[in-house]
Amino acid sequence: MKTGAKILIEGLLRQGVTTIFGYPGGVVLPIYDELYDSPLRHILVRHEQAAAHAADGYARASGRTGVCLATSGPGACNLVTGIATAYMDSIPMVALTGQVPTALLGNDAFQESDITGITMPVTKHNYLVKRAEDIDTVLAEAFHIAGTGRQGPVLVDLPKDVVTNEAPDPGPLKEVSLRGYNPTFKGHLRQIEKAISMIAEAERPVIYAGGGVIASDASPELIRFAEMTGIPVTTTLMGIGAIPCDHPLNLGMLGMHGTRYANYAITECDLLIAIGARFDDRVTGRIQSFAPNARIIHIDIDPAEIGKNKVVDLPIVGDSRQVMICMLDRLTGTTDRSVWNEKISHWKVQYPMACPEDGVLRPQLVIKTLSDLLDGEGIIVSEVGQNQMWTAQQFCFKHPRTWITSGGLGTMGYGLPAAMGAHFARPDLPVFDIAGDGSIQMNIQEFGTIVQYDIPVKVVILNNMYLGMVRQWQELFYDRRYSYTELPSVDFVGIAAAYGIDGMRVDSADQVKEALTAAIDTDGPFVLDFRVEREENVFPMVPAGAAINEMIGGEKK
Amino acid sequence: MKVHTLSVLVENKSGVLSRVAGMFSRRGFNIESLAVGTCEVPEMSRITITVHGDDTRIEQVKKQLNKLIDVIKVSDITYHEHVRRELALIKVVANPGSSRAEVMQIADTFRAQIIDVGAKTLILQVVGPPEKIDALEKLLRQYGVKELVRTGMIAALRGSKTTAGD
Repeated sequence: MKTGAKILIEGLLRQGVTTIFGYPGGVVLPIYDELYDSPLRHILVRHEQAAAHAADGYARASGRTGVCLATSGPGACNLVTGIATAYMDSIPMVALTGQVPTALLGNDAFQESDITGITMPVTKHNYLVKRAEDIDTVLAEAFHIAGTGRQGPVLVDLPKDVVTNEAPDPGPLKEVSLRGYNPTFKGHLRQIEKAISMIAEAERPVIYAGGGVIASDASPELIRFAEMTGIPVTTTLMGIGAIPCDHPLNLGMLGMHGTRYANYAITECDLLIAIGARFDDRVTGRIQSFAPNARIIHIDIDPAEIGKNKVVDLPIVGDSRQVMICMLDRLTGTTDRSVWNEKISHWKVQYPMACPEDGVLRPQLVIKTLSDLLDGEGIIVSEVGQNQMWTAQQFCFKHPRTWITSGGLGTMGYGLPAAMGAHFARPDLPVFDIAGDGSIQMNIQEFGTIVQYDIPVKVVILNNMYLGMVRQWQELFYDRRYSYTELPSVDFVGIAAAYGIDGMRVDSADQVKEALTAAIDTDGPFVLDFRVEREENVFPMVPAGAAINEMIGGEKK
Repeated sequence: MKVHTLSVLVENKSGVLSRVAGMFSRRGFNIESLAVGTCEVPEMSRITITVHGDDTRIEQVKKQLNKLIDVIKVSDITYHEHVRRELALIKVVANPGSSRAEVMQIADTFRAQIIDVGAKTLILQVVGPPEKIDALEKLLRQYGVKELVRTGMIAALRGSKTTAGD
């Protein structure tokens, strides 16, 4: 016989978990007691939200399921933003929460919250475990559901008596079988053959690759497929890194802050091949005008995404990688796409995603310089807002899983804790968090965690003393009425110093390279406070409700 | 726009109904009626849902239902031969010597049973497709319907086929 807590920790180890992120509290005391002399590494964060984001960052950087742990009530509720972030971006995560004893459930007991009820809309599935005997099976199911099909977060709620009670040793790991859950991995052969012939017929095809390509580790297949067919590739925010930024067939990001040439290519293409992407409104702009002349092939593991936002001509349900392997096997001959690719090259020259270099300390210059210094070898995490878009536009990503950002939910405060998680997944790589002065203050308490575990995350704050993206919209669409978007100057170097972290304030463009080099050369964490041009905007930009070729900014100067 | 009848086989576990109902409300799908009960397999339940929408929307409803882990099978039986039934209890004002005889006559016509006789009211039990219950309720309204309780519609495929698929 073993206690539920012991079965839980042993179950985590059997799933191959090495690191979890958490915060203790009353009802999880038995679990923490079990952790005390367990080989499982537990990282104590400073706020439960950070535990969820760190588990998420760990998952994105490694491809393995991230795990977080919190107590009942407020602890569990604080995980919710992090769980919702993972859900929107289909990130595999298992969230463990403590719960009041089963006898008190529903009694409004101290620190009770109905966390399975609260998280139902933002989890792939969740469990309230009622018996110690069920822990092992539930845990195996949770990891199976989180990590297969369209991945996502699964929450397991554990009442205190369930982890203190004893149950028989569960024995060896059993295979999970759920009659209500059978994801389709292999694409339908006839559909794949149809796709091959549609591709052969197309004169102006474009591949639109999303986060599904990253999730299924299909980057090599995507690149081979593009090269064999000569089809240019644009990626969503979530798909960045699937094809190297400097690959001749890469069009960069599409959509609201995408490149002009990607958006023009979409608008003029006669065949759109969507792979692991979901036609999000930030990508499509006015949906009726998105790829208006194209037949559409949509490859996705989630059948519910097909036809959800846009009617498609050929659906292929399956894992991106498996489907592309199957397509690669069947490709015959090549079609000459030189006219189409020349047209795109012309757009690339005409409308480059240029970095302004005019001696002013502009945020784009910081990102561009960092990109040059790292040469694509590192993990870049972002917060949300202008900092995120400038990084997506200016950083030259060369590998999948090196760009970590909250795409779907757009969670400010995501970056710093996710960067911590990314470090534990890939301790061999330098990890940078690109932040704004607004979002860094949403989880700045994690400086404490960084110091405690000597996590060498470098924080790059693009400090414009504004909530920049909102200010940009106010400038462009609300007659410059900056309603509650101005922030006072904060001494971030001073805050870092108070936690025991080195930092540097940068006030001019000619210090940028030196400052970033200093950060790279520092072994431990480092905070850089760049006082950037305050009213710099993210361009090009598709205004809300416009077609994606109706962009403002980004013309050739 | 058409009313679709979905027969949904689910795990008989706590929280299943709230997962299904929650998915409908958060995605803005409107449930016309929902009936749930045990079925031929003890560890499963069957939910019959009627939902309004065009084909694209119904397709999305079915796909989203299928994504729920506890949903085992979704069958849209709208375009298949099937029988539909609902049960209603209608408490109607029927004073002796005034409307009682008329109400009893209407009940007879609709093959509704009188299952309770009160001093001033009768309770009618009627079984049939929802339209029949609507029609009866409409007729009885002139006498005063004090209470109307409906089970929600249930449905089954005609012949030997089942919505469980075997």
